[in-house]
Amino acid sequence: MTTPPPQTTTTHVRPNYILIWGYLFILTVIEVAAAFFSHIPKHWLILILVVLAVVKALMVAMYFMHLKFERWRLRIIFLVPLPLAAILVTAVIMEKIF
Amino acid sequence: MQTSAMTDAMRPPFPAESGSGVYSNKLGMWVFLASDVMFFTALIGSYIILRFGMTEPWAKPGAVLNVPLTGVNTFLLICSSVSMVKAYAAIADGKKYFLRKVAGKTLQDGGLKFWLLITIICGAAFVGVQVFEYIKLVGHGFTPTGYREGSVLAEHALADPVKYGAGVAGMYGSTFFTMTGFHGFHVTCGVISMLYLYFTKVLPEKYSPQDYRGIEVIGLYWHFVDLVWIILFTIVYLI
Repeated sequence: MTTPPPQTTTTHVRPNYILIWGYLFILTVIEVAAAFFSHIPKHWLILILVVLAVVKALMVAMYFMHLKFERWRLRIIFLVPLPLAAILVTAVIMEKIF
Repeated sequence: MQTSAMTDAMRPPFPAESGSGVYSNKLGMWVFLASDVMFFTALIGSYIILRFGMTEPWAKPGAVLNVPLTGVNTFLLICSSVSMVKAYAAIADGKKYFLRKVAGKTLQDGGLKFWLLITIICGAAFVGVQVFEYIKLVGHGFTPTGYREGSVLAEHALADPVKYGAGVAGMYGSTFFTMTGFHGFHVTCGVISMLYLYFTKVLPEKYSPQDYRGIEVIGLYWHFVDLVWIILFTIVYLI
């Protein structure tokens, strides 16, 4: 087995993972508090909770999975299923409506 | 000798291959994760369509499910994601050890062996709590087919059909157990894979700062599992 050649790819400054963990924790607490202890109208509450969940998911993808520092071609692999998924859900909703 | 700037830098764990720009194991994992996005979208999309397409109300958040317990479980999974990324950073810096004393600091410095073990423990604890939750729910009468006749939940649903979503209990049970069950299966696979890596690669110190592909690839999978749970927790438990 050959020894891999030395690293030649460009480097990035490592994110502060503990800070990201803190943000995720705070956002989770806000989510639970909003869901159970607030008097926000239902449709607004759903919107707020979904936005918070998407923000948390993006933080995990960008900083823990290092998508922020990856090449675009790799990001595209992860992004391509999302419009396909939207089409899938929209198509089924349309079928139900019409 | 490593400078502080080097220690704080992120470098890929293995040289990129020509064409794709990344090594093939990582490319393979990303393609798998893309397919897994579609898999979970099918589940989540079906849930959304079924739930919001129903004329009868769904059970209120917290009426059937134990949200505080699952909130703690969510926190456990987030912690495991942090420990996973710390394991990645540790081996990138050449820290293969478990714990090591650092001059002038009270806390010991964790290496790859320590952080990966923490990740495995948190992941296993998540699965354990989920199994405990399932046992409790089934015990109370919440099954994949709805509320079991004669159970505590069936009685509650009779007394307050709106709060407990009595009219759509079967749909609620089947979607809940399908989504959380498949996610739990993913977590279990991740824990088993990490245990395998721990005993065959990490403990024998086969990873080095020049090649730690396995840690990055299993890390991507693990963070994805965490990401999916963040979405599931919100739409299944809080909405």
